[in-house]
Amino acid sequence: MKTPSKIYLYELFWILPSLAIPVGMIAALLVTSFGANIHLPGLEGRVDPTKLESTPPFDKPVVVQLSPDRYEVHMVGETWSFDPSEIRVPAGAEVTFVATSRDVVHGLFIPYTHTNVMLLPGQISRVTTRFDKPGTYLLLCHEYCGIGHHTMSGTILVEASPNNSSGEGK
Amino acid sequence: MATVSAATGAGDFRTEYQVTQAYLIVALVALFGGVVTGLFQGLDNAGINLYPRLAPVVQSYYHGLTMHGVLNVLVYTTFFISGFLPFMTARALKRPLASGKLAWGTFWLMLAGLVLAAIPLVGNQATVLFTFYPPMQAHWAFYVGLTLVVVGTWLVTLNLALTYRAWRRSHRGEPTPLAAFMSLVTFAMWTIASLGIAAEMLFLVIPWSLGLVAGTDALLARVLFWFTGHPIVYFWLLPAYLSWYTLVPRQAGGKLYSDPLARVSFIIFLVFSTPLGFHHQYADPGIGEGWKFVHAFLTFTVFFPSLMTFFNVVASLESGGRARGGRGWVSWFFKLPWGDPSLACQILAMLTFTFGGIGGLINASADLDLVVHNTAWIAGHLHLTVGTAVALTYMGITYWLVPVLWNRALWSRGLALAQAWLWVFGMLIFSYSLHTLGLLGMPRRTMMSEATFLQPEWKTYLTMVGIGGAILFLSALLYFLNMVLTMTVSKQPAPAMPEFAEAISGPAEAPAILDRWPVWLGMSAALILFAYGPPIYQLLRTTSLNNPGLRVW
Repeated sequence: MKTPSKIYLYELFWILPSLAIPVGMIAALLVTSFGANIHLPGLEGRVDPTKLESTPPFDKPVVVQLSPDRYEVHMVGETWSFDPSEIRVPAGAEVTFVATSRDVVHGLFIPYTHTNVMLLPGQISRVTTRFDKPGTYLLLCHEYCGIGHHTMSGTILVEASPNNSSGEGK
Repeated sequence: MATVSAATGAGDFRTEYQVTQAYLIVALVALFGGVVTGLFQGLDNAGINLYPRLAPVVQSYYHGLTMHGVLNVLVYTTFFISGFLPFMTARALKRPLASGKLAWGTFWLMLAGLVLAAIPLVGNQATVLFTFYPPMQAHWAFYVGLTLVVVGTWLVTLNLALTYRAWRRSHRGEPTPLAAFMSLVTFAMWTIASLGIAAEMLFLVIPWSLGLVAGTDALLARVLFWFTGHPIVYFWLLPAYLSWYTLVPRQAGGKLYSDPLARVSFIIFLVFSTPLGFHHQYADPGIGEGWKFVHAFLTFTVFFPSLMTFFNVVASLESGGRARGGRGWVSWFFKLPWGDPSLACQILAMLTFTFGGIGGLINASADLDLVVHNTAWIAGHLHLTVGTAVALTYMGITYWLVPVLWNRALWSRGLALAQAWLWVFGMLIFSYSLHTLGLLGMPRRTMMSEATFLQPEWKTYLTMVGIGGAILFLSALLYFLNMVLTMTVSKQPAPAMPEFAEAISGPAEAPAILDRWPVWLGMSAALILFAYGPPIYQLLRTTSLNNPGLRVW
């Protein structure tokens, strides 16, 4: 290497923080993932999209209550609706969506939560969200899925429940 | 196109001048189509639905949206780059391209591909957006045509490589001139990256659209698409960087700060651009979380060469500002020759790109991406990056390139300056609103004027999207007016082409290993095998091609 010229020092002065920023962001990512338990959708298995009528749990799209505050939604996205499209749960409920698509690519997005997953024909998507605040949440398809895409939505009604008024949520 | 003669300075570069003219004409026509369809979308956001009146030309919001995306980010960019970089390579190496016939053959092949794809596109037989996610199925001609365009870009790579080889024979041991080096890196990177989309087309989509196989697989197609789909943004961006590094410092009255650092940035782009496509698929099922994290880390790696570029280019601008009498920490910036529209466009593009870069880091952070993925935020981001950093730089380039190629002075400098500032002004309104709408939960790629779930808190911002879009459209009209009048009625001969900038720290200080192609191509291949090999192998092993094609528009 050359004798450290002024240019070389300036370069170094910039390079070091430029390395530190990405490294810092990677560290933040690891902390939120393993510390705050924010996870991405992953491998959940395949399903034949042409045989959903005879493949549990997608043969009967319903909301299943697993325990007083845990629910599982078996959901199918299709042009241009969600089935089921209206979901009611009490506040504080932890809801797991097990979902897939019957036809083209759809999305399953609930604004103001971290439920944001693609629904692909052939793949099972699974995401879990806890609804602490009562109110009406939108359930939106956020991938272009054809001429009626802008009509594909549902609602999640989170009802204030006396059982959960002790304030477990944030 | 017959206006070029030896007297214009074309000299031995007659073919290069004419081929580049041809590419630019196609690029500008595509951009015009992309801009017009964009206006209709912006207005639709503001609640003004023109589509019933636009039929049968634009048959639906999504038909217009598909044309907007395909024309702007696939056609405009690719044709601009395929014309601009070979031209710069020839000028930098001071020799014509290895084969003029190959250059023309490549152009006609790409044009034939474009026409083939455009027929179903314009005819509403391919309303699948520029991402064309199967199992939504377009007419086969759309896929075959786009594939021919990609094959054409490989032929550009071939011509550049042959030209470089011929130059190298008589220049042993010399560092490659910077602009040629950057052009070669850009096309080498793109050729590797485009193998994903080529595989998607040839093995999955084309046989399926022709009815040769019954089904396809949505996830496998998306993985192959995004193998190419992220590096394609570097394919758009690197030619802009080339201009910022090799021409802008001199246009600003200064020198390039560091030539070796510029080369290192480009080598990092060559090696790291491709193995990170899963960051577009954080929300996809069927890809392990661990692999998504690997790609997230690699995504942060390519942030590094962009930061290097930021430093190097701003330091170069500073050398210009100070040479022009600027002083102080900041005030040199205002001493830059802002009256030069080519430079003004590109500095404004850089400034806007700062916001785009910050947004990109947010998108790359997997946890934060869950908030913004597929919302209007992403559309806002894309318009800051490709829509401004890239497009406004390309416009700045055409403000000298079109005059040089046609040997006619720019028709109006004032109009060009107004265009540049209007673009940034409109874009800030437009993009700020889209980012905000994304945070408020509005999905992207959605016809808002008829959406059944329109939220009251979105309305103000949607109106602002329409206003920003209209300003952008006005800016674009000024641009096209200036371009057309420059090509046709401008009387003065063009000023000389901007010279390549000298460097304060020159190419002689660059390590020789930066010119050893096998090393970097080998590293690039190895990294791709590491980051994509296992997940794609696992996918191929478990995938059954059972998604039938659907026409849903």
